[in-house]
Amino acid sequence: MARFLVCPPDHFGIRYEINPWMRVSNAVDKAESQAQWRALARVLEQDAGAKLERMTPVPGLPDLVFTANAGVVHDGTAVISRFRHPERRREEEHFAQWFKEHGYRVILLDEECYFEGAGDLLGFPDAWFGGYRQRSDIKAHRVLSEVYGKEILPLELVTSRFYHLDTCFCPLGNGELLYYPPAFDAYAQAAIADRVDERQRIVVSHAEAARFACNAVCVERHVVLPSGCPETMAMLEDRGYTSHPLDLDQFLKSGGSAKCLTLALD
Amino acid sequence: MATETVTLEGHIIDSLILAKVLDTILQRRGTFTIKEMHVGATREDASTATIAVHADSTQRLTAILHAVQPHGAVVEHAVDCTLESAPKDGILPDAFYATSHLRTQIRLNHQWLDVDAIEMDLAIRVTLNPPRARTVPMADVKAGDLIVTGRTGVRVFPLERPHERDAFAFMAADVSSERPHHPMIADVAKRMRMIRDNRQKACTDGEAACDPDLGTKVLFVGGPAVIHAGGREALTWLIESGFIHVLFCGNALAAHDMEASLFGTSLGYGLRAGCAVPHGHEHHLRTINRVRNAGSLTHAVESGLIQDGVIASCVRQHVDMVLAGSIRDDGPLPDVITDTRQAQTAMRAALPGVGLALLVATTLHAIATGNCLPAKVPTVCVDINPAVPTKLSDRGSFQSIGLVMDAASFLRQLAQALGWEG
Repeated sequence: MARFLVCPPDHFGIRYEINPWMRVSNAVDKAESQAQWRALARVLEQDAGAKLERMTPVPGLPDLVFTANAGVVHDGTAVISRFRHPERRREEEHFAQWFKEHGYRVILLDEECYFEGAGDLLGFPDAWFGGYRQRSDIKAHRVLSEVYGKEILPLELVTSRFYHLDTCFCPLGNGELLYYPPAFDAYAQAAIADRVDERQRIVVSHAEAARFACNAVCVERHVVLPSGCPETMAMLEDRGYTSHPLDLDQFLKSGGSAKCLTLALD
Repeated sequence: MATETVTLEGHIIDSLILAKVLDTILQRRGTFTIKEMHVGATREDASTATIAVHADSTQRLTAILHAVQPHGAVVEHAVDCTLESAPKDGILPDAFYATSHLRTQIRLNHQWLDVDAIEMDLAIRVTLNPPRARTVPMADVKAGDLIVTGRTGVRVFPLERPHERDAFAFMAADVSSERPHHPMIADVAKRMRMIRDNRQKACTDGEAACDPDLGTKVLFVGGPAVIHAGGREALTWLIESGFIHVLFCGNALAAHDMEASLFGTSLGYGLRAGCAVPHGHEHHLRTINRVRNAGSLTHAVESGLIQDGVIASCVRQHVDMVLAGSIRDDGPLPDVITDTRQAQTAMRAALPGVGLALLVATTLHAIATGNCLPAKVPTVCVDINPAVPTKLSDRGSFQSIGLVMDAASFLRQLAQALGWEG
């Protein structure tokens, strides 16, 4: 059974601006955000059959809700994020604590080695991809490759709107990939094309990429994605996926959606 | 040319990170040399590339390094060189760095500096303000001079392959008497013509117009066998035609050349008749005596005493001549430098701009010249005895190409390849 780490949005809000989506003036509707988050949890647990591990929210850490950025977890080892922006660095100790308490081997990166967790490291069983240049450093992928003994192909992210790999790149089951090519430089696009067959690639339109269509959670044949992405849903359903659109607009105000709100644990 | 070495490690091939870094260097008008490449055996294994990045200025190099670092290129940790003061005049610090004749840089105040006048078997003297590094012979060092010691902060560049695809493209000390000479001589002639054109360009359009890598001078180093064997006419023609610009030789070549001018003999042998003439063994002594009386080689030619031959042509064509004496010289002729240190200094002073060195029928002068030449100067050693080019190479001048043949035949074929009708 798929397991995810999540954190209820009790203290979620926009207190600072560290990506082009965030505006402090664009206040979060607290009740609405909590309702949207509960809907996400319900779909994951009831429709997709996933198990959720809930972290305790911490006052003063509004983005702790985005657990995708806690770190990356594989084979019982958690490498904890090193956030580029000081605003999020206090989250690191809470994530590290949670993994320690739950029996994971915890690895901390050097202070200057920025890495923002599963937000910038995704992949298929035999090939992992690492986003760099916006938030994570390419050197972090080298370290992670050694820790996990995995090939990690670094992909350069070229626009600040798609600042994490999981905002524009979503591996699905059966080796299929949902992605938005203009978020990558030409070398990264060529590297993806070389590794993922054209028939396996599902290209998201600009309009739906901007709705965070790629920030989706895939559990076997279930794909949970933000609402307002009908073309993406149609492409997914053509390939036999069951899509679960959810209104997650309160989190998009902060530059996050379904995927950012979850961290796959295995 | 500014250079730094970077390493790139990780899954750099399938991700095209290596390609991106190399493209970035070229797009920013730098160049690169891949010094080492290790490709991971499996997909999980990391690959490593060590890349020397070159640019025409430090500013451009810095910009390139800034551009490649976000893609994982790590500038190799480099440290400054170590300097120690010379303890006495003529004495180097015990751990002095001994140079090779390859392009060398030292790191001083975090900047790489080219070592000027590179030559093998010397030390490196540094001045701090302005920062400069230059080779210095042991005997010329002064107490308190700053000398590079140890090996840290010193880097030596391998010999770059010349762009031309000729005999010099793979500079290696090949010596064989069982190889056709003609293609090699044709390549030497071609290069001599290019250097003469380059020199003319420098004279008419200024130094900036010429190709500094090609050089503007051909150096001829010869022994007396050039004259004995009958190469005098061809060599004279090469000098008169502007193909030779520096002459290194000893007392003997000059003495026998002028003997031929005065008496028609070389060490007493009639050059035309090919046999000894009565009292011919005295001719070179009488020649030396008359030239000594003239006071200098230049005066001997300008006064009309010496009217033809190698030395006369050199004087008329303003060829830079360095005559270095040796222990059994007769006379010697005026202008022969009998102090070996002074001779070394004079040879070094004549070398800047040399783009081709022809070492013909001389062992000691060939090896002495080889020791002074930077490795980048194409060098051809011609001798009837294969031991000479071999010895030259054994003494470190690995870039020299050996041609085992008679000096006169070489010079005649070379001159003919350049248009001589003699």
